[in-house]
Amino acid sequence: MTSLAQLFFDAAALGGIYAMAALGIALIFGVMNLVNFAHGEYIAFCVFALIVPSTDAAAVMFLGKAPALLLIPLILTIGALVAMASEYVVFRHMRKASPVAMMISSFALGFIIQNALLAVYGGRPKAISLWPELNTPIDIAGASVPLLQLIVILTTLAVVTGLAALLRKTRIGLEMRAAAENFTMARLLGVRANVVITGAFALSGALAAAVALIMVTQTGVADVRMGGHIMLVAFIATVIGGLGSLPGAVAAGFLIGAASVLLQAFLPLDARPFRDAFLYTLVIVSLLVRPQGLFVPNSAKPRV
Amino acid sequence: MMNKHARTRLLAYSTPLILSAILLALVVAVTLFGDKALARMAAETLIRVVLVVGLWIFAGNSGVISFGHAGYMAIGAYCSAWLTLKPQMKALFLPDLPAWLAGAEWPMLPAALASGGLAALVALLSGAAILRLTGIAASIASFAFLAIVNTVYSNWEGVTGATSSVVGLERYVDQWVALAWAVAAIVVANVYANSGSGLALRATREDEIAARASGIDMYRHRLLSLVISGFFTGVSGALLGHYIGVLNPDNFYLGITFISLAMLVVGGIGSLSGAVTGVLALSILIELLVRGEQGVGIGAATFALPGGTQEIAIGVVMILVLILRPSGLTGGREFRLARPAWPKPAPRNQIKTN
Repeated sequence: MTSLAQLFFDAAALGGIYAMAALGIALIFGVMNLVNFAHGEYIAFCVFALIVPSTDAAAVMFLGKAPALLLIPLILTIGALVAMASEYVVFRHMRKASPVAMMISSFALGFIIQNALLAVYGGRPKAISLWPELNTPIDIAGASVPLLQLIVILTTLAVVTGLAALLRKTRIGLEMRAAAENFTMARLLGVRANVVITGAFALSGALAAAVALIMVTQTGVADVRMGGHIMLVAFIATVIGGLGSLPGAVAAGFLIGAASVLLQAFLPLDARPFRDAFLYTLVIVSLLVRPQGLFVPNSAKPRV
Repeated sequence: MMNKHARTRLLAYSTPLILSAILLALVVAVTLFGDKALARMAAETLIRVVLVVGLWIFAGNSGVISFGHAGYMAIGAYCSAWLTLKPQMKALFLPDLPAWLAGAEWPMLPAALASGGLAALVALLSGAAILRLTGIAASIASFAFLAIVNTVYSNWEGVTGATSSVVGLERYVDQWVALAWAVAAIVVANVYANSGSGLALRATREDEIAARASGIDMYRHRLLSLVISGFFTGVSGALLGHYIGVLNPDNFYLGITFISLAMLVVGGIGSLSGAVTGVLALSILIELLVRGEQGVGIGAATFALPGGTQEIAIGVVMILVLILRPSGLTGGREFRLARPAWPKPAPRNQIKTN
């Protein structure tokens, strides 16, 4: 029987990954009302940047060979660059488009990235072993917790506090918050639109890269489709948390992680394969109770 | 002497005539002059017309993008398989079906209607929840619905065959069957869009708040359009199943969602003509690219496009259309016999846009 402490660490670690992915989506939504369907593909891109491009079944490390101190900043930078490039190539030309049009084009962009990866790396999932020693369990409070889970929890806390500090204390953070509140007004008051949006994309891409590193270490697999599921959960977290609300996205990410772990632990065996179906049904129910999400930002109220 | 308004509404009914005539001409031409492969391509294109017109009935009129329609397709496709497969096959591959379903051996047309009906019922139930949300939140909830359907159908071993495919569906769908359903979908879509409910729904698309202030019950009209839309989407799923002969839950997931949205957006989401135009334009593009991927012989050398070109090219076309011509190839206008003088003179070459 799994102990309570074990469940807690599982939930916190899974929730942490979801929260980081959700933050990446909420950041961009807050600034430019774009629901970025390409976010999951940023994650997959960063994973595949670790290995040598080939369609062979065995993965050969490429960037992944670098020592961690070098690798982490490198991958974060790659994530940020991919996100900034997608903004520059696609979304910069859609500043006046409706949120729906931008959402569809991000969906198309995600599809392009995914198929490009498929063409280069082939469709079969590949085994990668990145930092395998992080999966060795250690004993805390009666639970055996892989070191990685602790790292994930601590990283999430660090990212959230770091982001909060960035948003509150720096000029670009202030501009981002102003843009999230009311973009037109912020521009009139001298906020540099392109800088803010590019900054948001860079942060979002770096978050995607962090999620990618964690997922690779945890699962040991590189799969072109690996971003899809986590992106869907992240979307749902941003909607449950209240579209555009960053604390809401984090809280909802943890909430979904917890719900997922609890369902896995307490559903009858026959029903376990359907866990995700139960999870998404819970999500729709929670949206029925609070259609605006748990935390409603001021900017979400329509102005007439 | 009719007044201008009545004349406009009457003219609106010429749209399905023109669209059906185009599709009929296409099928006749393919049947007379084309080979078997071309006839199959025409059938597939017409199934996509049923799907995209079905999607348009909801998304085009309400302005809410739905990512969940592939789910209704899956429901329709599997329902038709349950009703029409040979009982011996079902006992073998789908052992957990209830007895009355396991013994069922329905004719094709009632099975297709029942598939649409089941999809419409699910649309009613899921829509009752999802459509309480508005705008982008509703779109994301519809995505969650798609994930629910996919999870259930990929794991319900004894009833859907899970990820091992269901085989042996009778492949009765040719270009004429698909044409009949495409015309039916177009006519119903046009009648709905010009009905009181359809006009009310389009008012909410243009301005939600103003429409509400005018006493329009947005929820009710959205739900009605989703039910009609779910019916034709379910039928398109059944048709696709009986066209390929094999069902797999992943046939009805992100790939088809992407293609159907791309067709809708490229053609122009604002009009029924746009939906049909988008299907025809992208189907031709897909066919060319597929042939390109297979390789084109020029002289002694064979040139082949790398695999995946098809999806990438469609994605690029979709983004370009969204950037350069956001309202699609048709610009949200309908093909009509003649336009009323108001609001502006007829643009040139309207019908030639495809």
